[in-house]
Amino acid sequence: MSLLRRGRERVRAFWNKPALDAELEAELAAHLEFAIEENLERGLAPEEARRLALVSFGGMVQAKEQQREARGLMTLDILLQDLKYALRTLARDRGFTTVAILILALGIGANIAVFSVVNTLLLRPLPFPGSEQLVRILERDPKGGESSMTYSTDAMQEFQAKNRSFQQVTGYFAFSGPDNNKLMGNGQPQPVTGLMVAGNFFPTLGVAPILGRNFSTEETLKNSRPVAMLSYPFWKRQFGGNPGIVGQTMDIDGQQVTVVGVLPNTFDFGSVFSPGAKVDFFGPAIFSDMEDWGNTIALVGRLKPGVTLGQAQTEADSLFPKLHFNWKHPEWGGDYTANLTGLKDYVSGKLRRSLIVLWCAVGMILLIVCVNLSNLLLARAAARGKEFALRTALGAGRGRIVRQLLTESVVLSGAGAILGLGMAFAIVAWLAHQGSIALPLLGSLRIDGAALGWTLLIAVTTSILFGLAPGLRMGRGDLQAALKDGGRGASDGRSHERLRAVLVVSEVALACVLLVGAGLLLRSFLHVLDVDLGFEPSHSAAISVAYDDGGNAVKRGAIWQQVIQRVDQIPGVESAGISDNLPMSVNRSWGISAKGHTYRKGELPGTFVYMVSPGYLKSIGMRLVKGRDIRWDDNDQTQPVVVINETIARHLWPGEDPVGRIGEINLTEARVIGVVADVHETNAETEAGWQMYLSATAPQFGPVGANLVVRTKLPPAALASGVMRVLREINPAQPANEFRPIQMLVDHASSPRRFFMMLVSAFAGLGLLLAALGIYGVISYSVTQRTQEIGIRMALGSSTGRVQRDVLAKTLRLAVAGLVVGTVASLLVARLIASLLFATSPWDPEAFAGMAVALLVVAVVSGYIPARRASRIDPMVALRDN
Amino acid sequence: MGKLDLLQGTLDLMVLQTLAAMGAQHGYGIARRIEQVSGNEVLLNQGTIYASLVRLEQRGWIESNWGVSDNNRKAKFYAITEEGREQLAEDARYWARLTGVMDKVLAMSPDAGQEEGAA
Repeated sequence: MSLLRRGRERVRAFWNKPALDAELEAELAAHLEFAIEENLERGLAPEEARRLALVSFGGMVQAKEQQREARGLMTLDILLQDLKYALRTLARDRGFTTVAILILALGIGANIAVFSVVNTLLLRPLPFPGSEQLVRILERDPKGGESSMTYSTDAMQEFQAKNRSFQQVTGYFAFSGPDNNKLMGNGQPQPVTGLMVAGNFFPTLGVAPILGRNFSTEETLKNSRPVAMLSYPFWKRQFGGNPGIVGQTMDIDGQQVTVVGVLPNTFDFGSVFSPGAKVDFFGPAIFSDMEDWGNTIALVGRLKPGVTLGQAQTEADSLFPKLHFNWKHPEWGGDYTANLTGLKDYVSGKLRRSLIVLWCAVGMILLIVCVNLSNLLLARAAARGKEFALRTALGAGRGRIVRQLLTESVVLSGAGAILGLGMAFAIVAWLAHQGSIALPLLGSLRIDGAALGWTLLIAVTTSILFGLAPGLRMGRGDLQAALKDGGRGASDGRSHERLRAVLVVSEVALACVLLVGAGLLLRSFLHVLDVDLGFEPSHSAAISVAYDDGGNAVKRGAIWQQVIQRVDQIPGVESAGISDNLPMSVNRSWGISAKGHTYRKGELPGTFVYMVSPGYLKSIGMRLVKGRDIRWDDNDQTQPVVVINETIARHLWPGEDPVGRIGEINLTEARVIGVVADVHETNAETEAGWQMYLSATAPQFGPVGANLVVRTKLPPAALASGVMRVLREINPAQPANEFRPIQMLVDHASSPRRFFMMLVSAFAGLGLLLAALGIYGVISYSVTQRTQEIGIRMALGSSTGRVQRDVLAKTLRLAVAGLVVGTVASLLVARLIASLLFATSPWDPEAFAGMAVALLVVAVVSGYIPARRASRIDPMVALRDN
Repeated sequence: MGKLDLLQGTLDLMVLQTLAAMGAQHGYGIARRIEQVSGNEVLLNQGTIYASLVRLEQRGWIESNWGVSDNNRKAKFYAITEEGREQLAEDARYWARLTGVMDKVLAMSPDAGQEEGAA
């Protein structure tokens, strides 16, 4: 009770300081008067009376301090004093303060931004309720692209019925390309992206529509009324966020589709399931229509509470091999396997190592920043030695001085953190809108509470890290020496300088590690760019073509031929061709085998299949190794033709000429007419699989969509309008699809690598800059400290060159020491990132040599400036001065 | 033999007792009174009394008012409150118990200690 009152009183006293001080002053004055009076009465002389009164009172200043301490909040008082003083000193030393805050802001900003990325991709759960129960189900060995990551609708339904581990099993149609539908309305048809999902897709994920409702069971049945749910951005963009949209219809490919619901803004299909893709609307997958389509459904399930992934996996291992591919043909067998992965793991598992490396890199930057600031503060503290000595002489305790220095570093890192936070906001906002980077969840990137907490943690840690060393050092300074010494003699700082040298060496070593890491990643990236893709992405572009052939191969042939002939005539077009799928985008796989051979179960991998027109191989820049291209008349009713890639040729007809051989594709015999070089169908880094090209005019098979590929020497944008005009003339319903350079597909596939490489390189550059600053600081300081010594040496006949050489030698000694330590550290670190490298050894000599050269050049440059200054010292001035 | 150093908290108790015995008094008066009663055995810098006074006042055990002294000087007078009296009684009891125990402990003779230890 009384304690509480006392606390309140103390707070009140803290705010009421001047009045209370005045009162105390008056009270003490009265006290002395009483004492003097009494002494006078005892017959003492006035002088003596006063002296005795003061003696028995004790220390006047101490009494006041004691009273104030008892009365108010001393700690807070001192803190405010320190803060005021720190602000004043920092404001006076503007150059230092600016550099320090900028360095800190860069370090802290980079850290917050990377933390936000790591937090979004790795730490934060997926944006679904109970997301830890969500599981992605894939084939064990997904060698055949999307087709081997998917299951037939029959298999899915069978698994759903038989399993006991999952609450729900759902899935989506995995073969929708971008702009696969057209929205008819007023004016030009507009390309839109639709995706078919199982009826229970959204309920399983736990996504509730913000308007309307989810698909009903009736709507997933054959011949039901077509319905759709809109994605939030599409609803906003296309319908202006009309709240009355539910129940209205839109014209998709000539069909009236009723909108039944709008999905929330937080649901971004692409960012979770297919990085970089945007989906405009979702339709219910009607399984009875899809049972003959083969493996088309990507499976996602929600585990029952309490069921572990391991238990579910055990059950799946026994169920999947027995699932039917197609109930109407039980003899086909499914040969399914299942590999259960937590959805979160599936989305970002592959990125974990890259992200951790990134996190470490940015942590190293922060460490360099701290070391650098320690160094700057040390230099500054040395210059302020006298000030502190004076304060000590006036009675400041060591703790008080350390506290003062810590306050300064807290103020600095606080300012740095605020500025850094601003930078991080800008970076994160920019990153969140980089749709071209194929990283998952990027759209949901933001600075949240966790990031703010992280900022606070970093700011506090850094200020302690870089403020403590100089603080402790200052606190134990030799008072007398400092007061006597002009602050410039040689005595002040042997050990001081040694500490600073150690700091610089560690800074250089850290920069070394960053540079080697960046060098290795850069070399890997260059190697990826150098990979022979099997096609020529430059100088070609593609556009998705709409046509209506009514499922008739002859009609299709006629339309395609007309398109290609007309486009070929556009000036600047070298060649044109059509394929249903393009490399490094959507793919599907069937199977091919050599006729007359029997193969073990699972011996043959899935084969990527492309339905192409004549001229496609040339237009995309593929190389025909043997035989011939597909022709318009390759539409044999009995035996279709096929062009295979070298990998198939090597495996199915080893040591033979495959041209003219007969293969079997989906139980149909096909004649091999040509062999093409392997194409990297997924990305440049993975090995090419089996690929075959079938004639799109063959009646046996059917393409899924059509991409017109045009090869030209002109920039693709110059052709876009000409091509679109031709397509519109042939088919007025052609939507305004984008004419996309093929290079974009390649860039998209390598964008994560580019992203990480760029970031690590930026950090390495920053590290190098900071290391240079550190070297410069130390050398420049030591030149200033030794002005006198250098002056004497020059007076005694030392040449300018000699002085310069000495300073440079000193610089190089620091740099080489850092280089040696850094190289050893890099050799260890390189092993850890080996799995992120592509066709590059972790001990790549060029990366290490490049790092060494870069560092030495930077060291020489940052040492040269003070060296020059040293050589210009005028002996007379230097000796007279002081 | 030097003067006694004051134990932590004893000054507060002395001040309370002084005020209880003398009625309202100013700082100098309290300090002088303590010096007189202790027969100048206590090492007391008079100035330290003001920290004690502010502490007691903030706890609500004494209260203060500016007034005029017998010799017509303006001074701040302190008086004990009801709450202060209660606290004083409690502290005095505590002090008596403590000194009682200390007396007993210090009265232990060497022989008695050995007998205790042997038993």
